[in-house]
Amino acid sequence: MSDARAASPLLTPQAPGFPVPHPSARSQPFWDGCREGCLVLPRCAACSAPALRAFAVCAECNGTEVVWEESAGRGTLYSWTVVWRPPHPGFAVPYAPAVVALDEGWCFLSAVVGCAPEDLRENMALQVEFHPASDSVTLPYFAPVSN
Amino acid sequence: MGHPFRDVAIVGVHNTRQARRLPGHDSSSIALQAELGALADAGLAPGDVDGVVGQAAADAVLELGLGPCTRRPSNLGIPSIVDGAALVTTGQCRVVVVLAGGAGLLRDTVAAPWTTPPNELVAGFGLFTAAEFALMARRHMLTFGTTEHQLASAAAVVRNNGDVNPEALYCGRGPFSADDILASPLVADPFHLLDCATTSEGGCALVLAHAEIARDDARAVWIWGCGSDSYGPAYTVAPVWDFSGRPGARSAGWVGTRAARASFSMAGLGPADVDVAELYDPFSFEIIRQLEAFGFCGPGEGGPMVESGAIGPGGSLPVTTDGGTMSFSHPGVAAQQFQRVVRGVQQLRRECATAQVTGAEVALCSNGGSGALFTDVLLLGKERP
Repeated sequence: MSDARAASPLLTPQAPGFPVPHPSARSQPFWDGCREGCLVLPRCAACSAPALRAFAVCAECNGTEVVWEESAGRGTLYSWTVVWRPPHPGFAVPYAPAVVALDEGWCFLSAVVGCAPEDLRENMALQVEFHPASDSVTLPYFAPVSN
Repeated sequence: MGHPFRDVAIVGVHNTRQARRLPGHDSSSIALQAELGALADAGLAPGDVDGVVGQAAADAVLELGLGPCTRRPSNLGIPSIVDGAALVTTGQCRVVVVLAGGAGLLRDTVAAPWTTPPNELVAGFGLFTAAEFALMARRHMLTFGTTEHQLASAAAVVRNNGDVNPEALYCGRGPFSADDILASPLVADPFHLLDCATTSEGGCALVLAHAEIARDDARAVWIWGCGSDSYGPAYTVAPVWDFSGRPGARSAGWVGTRAARASFSMAGLGPADVDVAELYDPFSFEIIRQLEAFGFCGPGEGGPMVESGAIGPGGSLPVTTDGGTMSFSHPGVAAQQFQRVVRGVQQLRRECATAQVTGAEVALCSNGGSGALFTDVLLLGKERP
């Protein structure tokens, strides 16, 4: 049986060397926040709806102004996958891309670190932590909240 | 008022040879080779063509000497066929070729380029197609108790259809049990290697013609219904099962429900009328999800339906009978999407050398999937609508 899950190591942030995202002008406040250790995410100025990305038009009310707001970085695990065969050799496996439901309403795509793959559970409490991907880009990961 | 597609027929289909690599070809050259094959299948000549839709549409106009000719460059699958049919029904064209191909795109050390769009919000977390679809599959498993064994059972059916198909890339690679699928290495949990599409090279094309041209063509196959659903750009934001753009609408996990309902409504048919479902199979879970989204069973019933044997040869709803993107071929971009329709046409013509569904009159073909946030549906009929 080639099931790698039998004895799997702790999930950790990726060491630099993987393809680093290229920040867009539209998302610059998010990337600036990450470098300062803050999770800064977009909301609609008109209706306050949390947005999946910096929008030109708000899907809820068709407002056109984005405001950037700092999240407390706490949420729960909505969905996840554990990758064992990466799309690029720069990613060390295993790693666990995940959708995190943040307390303030955002759905945020990240990766879970700080636990073993088999310990991932629906709705487990998570807290953001930041790790550099390069000299200029820092990524927000999520780790289990220790009670 | 008659059926909107009463005056257009599919009169030719062709797959080129499919292989892991086709040295000397690029995507355009293999698509054009497919066009010649589809025209030969239709008994038509390049000079009969006055419209080309799909990848390499402009190249086809130039190299087959068709100008002046209508052209619609497009990387979409089923929507390109619908657009081609509309060119005929609106009188803009008499014979339209829809074509696609993939070659020269793959590299050995990294995943296929179409699986890893470099969007800033997902790229750094190592997202790629398998992981995107896995995030959707996980929600279904958490919500409905769908199991990895059920996923593997769907993969086994599709791969075993390819195992016996002499034209499939992986002909002779099988048969597989669900346990064999589960024993293959994990790619992105819950997907094992054999739950996932392959990557390959190849081309395919279809010929659409006005009903007057198809009048004496006993092999003609007809468009009975179509629909397309999207929830936004693929692979740029988190794939969230419960995401919805429109208040009160079914969520993104059910992408394709509206497309299927539109297709059945146009046809005056329902899921029980479908004899064969050529479902898009990028990952095993998509078979289960589409069975539910299209109304072949209720929410959460897709896994048990698969394990009952219903989707295998001789079952109540055979699916993906050529081996699909897992075993037949997956050239990327659009060819593997058209190939579901090519197979649907072959089923209704009763020309499948393997896994032919006896007496097939209605075929449902699909493209897309939940991880990509889009699903397209095409209903084909043997009779003119």
